[in-house]
Amino acid sequence: MENLIAARMQMAISLGFHMVFAALGIGLPLLMLVAEGLWLRTKKQVYLDLARKWAKGTGILFAIGAVSGTALSFELGLLWPPFMRLAGPLIGPAFALEGYAFFIEAIFLGLYLYGWKRLKPIAHWLCGVPVAISGAMSGILVMSANSWMQNPTGFTMVNGQATNIDPVKALMNPSWGILALHLTLACYMATAFMVAAVYAWGLLKGRRDDYHKSGLAIAMVLGTLAALAQPISGDLTARLVYETQPTKLAAMESQFTTEAGAPLRIGGIPDVANRTVPFAIEIPSGLSFLATHDPNAEIQGLDAVPEADWPLVPLVHVSFQVMVGSGLAIILFSLAYWFLRWRKRDFGNWSLRALVLSGVLGVAALEAGWIVTEVGRQPWIIYNVMRTADAVTPAPGIWYTFTGFVGLYVVLAVTLIWLLLRLATGRPVENEDDERLAKSGKEAGGVTIA
Amino acid sequence: MSLSLEMLTAGLALLALTAYAVLAGADFGGGVWDFFARGPRANGQRRAIAEAMGPVWEANHVWLIFLLVILFTGFPVAFSALSVALFIPFHLLLVGIILRGAAFVFRAHGSEEAGPQRVWARAFGSASIITPVLLGMCLGAISAGEIRISGSVVQVNYFTAWLTPLSWACGALALALFAYLAAVYLTLETSGELREDFRQRTLISGGVVVAISVLLLPLLVWQAPRLAENLLSVRALPVLVLGVIFALLSLWAVLTRRFAIARVTAVAEVIMLLWGWAFAQWPYVIYPDLTLEASAAPDATLGFLLATAPIGALLLIPSLWLLFSVFKGRNPEAGEAGKMAGGRR
Ligand code: HDD
Ligand code: HEM
Ligand code: HEM
Repeated sequence: MENLIAARMQMAISLGFHMVFAALGIGLPLLMLVAEGLWLRTKKQVYLDLARKWAKGTGILFAIGAVSGTALSFELGLLWPPFMRLAGPLIGPAFALEGYAFFIEAIFLGLYLYGWKRLKPIAHWLCGVPVAISGAMSGILVMSANSWMQNPTGFTMVNGQATNIDPVKALMNPSWGILALHLTLACYMATAFMVAAVYAWGLLKGRRDDYHKSGLAIAMVLGTLAALAQPISGDLTARLVYETQPTKLAAMESQFTTEAGAPLRIGGIPDVANRTVPFAIEIPSGLSFLATHDPNAEIQGLDAVPEADWPLVPLVHVSFQVMVGSGLAIILFSLAYWFLRWRKRDFGNWSLRALVLSGVLGVAALEAGWIVTEVGRQPWIIYNVMRTADAVTPAPGIWYTFTGFVGLYVVLAVTLIWLLLRLATGRPVENEDDERLAKSGKEAGGVTIA
Repeated sequence: MSLSLEMLTAGLALLALTAYAVLAGADFGGGVWDFFARGPRANGQRRAIAEAMGPVWEANHVWLIFLLVILFTGFPVAFSALSVALFIPFHLLLVGIILRGAAFVFRAHGSEEAGPQRVWARAFGSASIITPVLLGMCLGAISAGEIRISGSVVQVNYFTAWLTPLSWACGALALALFAYLAAVYLTLETSGELREDFRQRTLISGGVVVAISVLLLPLLVWQAPRLAENLLSVRALPVLVLGVIFALLSLWAVLTRRFAIARVTAVAEVIMLLWGWAFAQWPYVIYPDLTLEASAAPDATLGFLLATAPIGALLLIPSLWLLFSVFKGRNPEAGEAGKMAGGRR
């Protein structure tokens, strides 16, 4: 039991940490490409400055994404050996394909980051294209592994052993498409609003120059498009959960009893002991309608399974509210931005503050969505096939490794924030390099830029 | 022995391990020389190392992930057992990998004067030393027979299984080989006095490699008699002999300043040593209880891995060629930066 809790926490921390960099690794290359593309077309210096700044950020963030991802690959086995014994042959193929995507991403990122002077402008831009594509592919492929855990296919269980293994069927599990779409949109959204927040902050600080306005605008185009599409994909996702994991849906909505015409509960904090949700706003028949498009449909409640097999209902419910609430708030703030821009050709301070907040909300929604997915799957590590408790490693001392990892990640996060704040000072990269050169006096002798 | 799917998959894994050793190994070696940068050109040495690593180290790192993925997809039973038995060294390895990578970018992207940057600069060197040692120790541990498996239960002493003298020697050998590779590569990416610095380092680490190898022989006979015996069998011995020949050739090439030859022979040396070990280890993944065959995934999965590999290779090979030809081909600029000990990017 001890081991189980520690292992779950170590997994959650590692995944939650990696997720931020993964999202940025998917979104930033796209923004970088757009900015550099605009520069190639218009030859306006601001676009080149933005592209170079984002490239620099990508360089740092990608490395952290790579090392934290490596940790995850080991941890799948370190923390859950029986799980990997069973699942390795089934989800491994997705990871193998993802491996090729990693290669392409790392190779072309090397060319892109270090090739500014060595490649012709067009060739340089073209090197960014595979980075953006393989970044997205990495996320999509790893989602196949995760959606298989939610909806396992491609094998039959005989006496606790998986037989009849069909890796292609496992890879192409029926939940993959919808979840991958939702995840990819979420990554673009989270990245775009993080970037928008930086430039909105700069504008608030009075740097009302072209550089900041263009940076904000590019991020807002991507962010708004993704944000508008997200509720649609979210609706598909919720109906998928209704079909494949009814207990998870019941936990998300705090639906304790099975009933027809189930209400939608917005907000509130579930009181599991009393089977109530204080402070929630109830919309009659709302849940039935959203899940099935029929207001009178019967929704399976948590009472359909023994209470010992419930996930942590309050956490799942609140996380779901955070995700949906953040998504809707972001849409509102984005629309306000475009409206003000269109009507007044400028944006008020309130709108800018809201965009700074959106940067936080985007990440919050991303992490909250994963808590819904992963905590909502409990007590199963492979839904209805293997219990998390049966999958944990027998090795002792996970509290030590957990504590160590938390410490390590805190140190990394602090350094990273410090570095990124210095990077985001609002000056284009070129000037920064000049300043560094000037400061390092005598060393400025042999300038060669790779 | 006929070629079965698990043999082919194991071959793919060995290929990934080899690529990781000769490519990423040199990046770790670079970190070692960063740690030991000395003398009037210490900064120039560090800069040459950073420039050589910068564009390629992340691509090189992916080989490890690829190896891991082949292992858990193709040999899930072995992967699970290893993850249990080597719980501690794998975690330490991760700390090393995380710190090394993070320190490299933190250092490269901040200005060197600021306080935390100095700490990260040290972390880069230290992590580059610790990680190869741990990698070598893990390889040592799976050959020595201290990890026992019955059914799905792993019987192991979590501390002593990987802390044997043999493991230590394997760790030291890995470290010395990586440092040697890096120094050899760097002689080709620098010129003038810097090149002399790295030539000297090549000779030092080459000497250390020879010394550790000699030390390893009695240890093998004592602690891993089966491995020692197999190393001397027809399937491994010719490979090992080739390895020794390449080792001597590459030392000779460095002595006589034929650096391009030194690079080719040093790479060949590392490949032969690894393959010699792998052929001797065969058919076991974890000696003495787990063979490749017993730990392999069903044929459908192995088939998937093998069928997609050529497609992956088709994507990878031209991309890698492009990367290395842009940054490592006739590369006057790297030489320039290296020559001017004070030059900076
Ligand atoms: C910017 C982030 C973001 C935003 C605004 C939303 N989501 Fe989301 N959601 C995610 C980010 C996310 C995620 C983190 O990416 C998850 C976790 C797993 C996945 O595939 O996507 C997720 C999971 C997830 C799940 C659980 C899937 C499962 O357990 O298999 C549901 C039902 C929804 N979402 C529904 C919605 C709805 C109805 C939204 C309405 C606006 C919404 N999401 C906005
Ligand atoms: C990066 C985004 C992800 C986040 C933030 C995340 C979050 C979490 C959390 C919070 C837990 C702990 C749940 C609990 O114990 O109550 C968990 C468990 C786990 N997740 Fe995820 N997850 C992510 C993606 C994935 C993916 C893509 C996989 C696919 C292999 C995966 C595999 C696992 C496993 C194996 C566990 C441990 C077993 C369990 O607790 O059920 N996760 N994750
Ligand atoms: C759904 C959640 C996940 C997404 C969207 C995701 C996406 C990504 C992306 C885009 C990268 C590229 C690096 C970057 O840009 O920072 C990356 C790196 C990596 N991820 Fe994840 N990942 C997820 C979860 C996982 C899990 C569960 C594992 C392992 C079990 C994993 C293993 C890795 C590895 C090994 C790398 C390093 C690749 C390299 O060296 O280039 N990821 N991930």
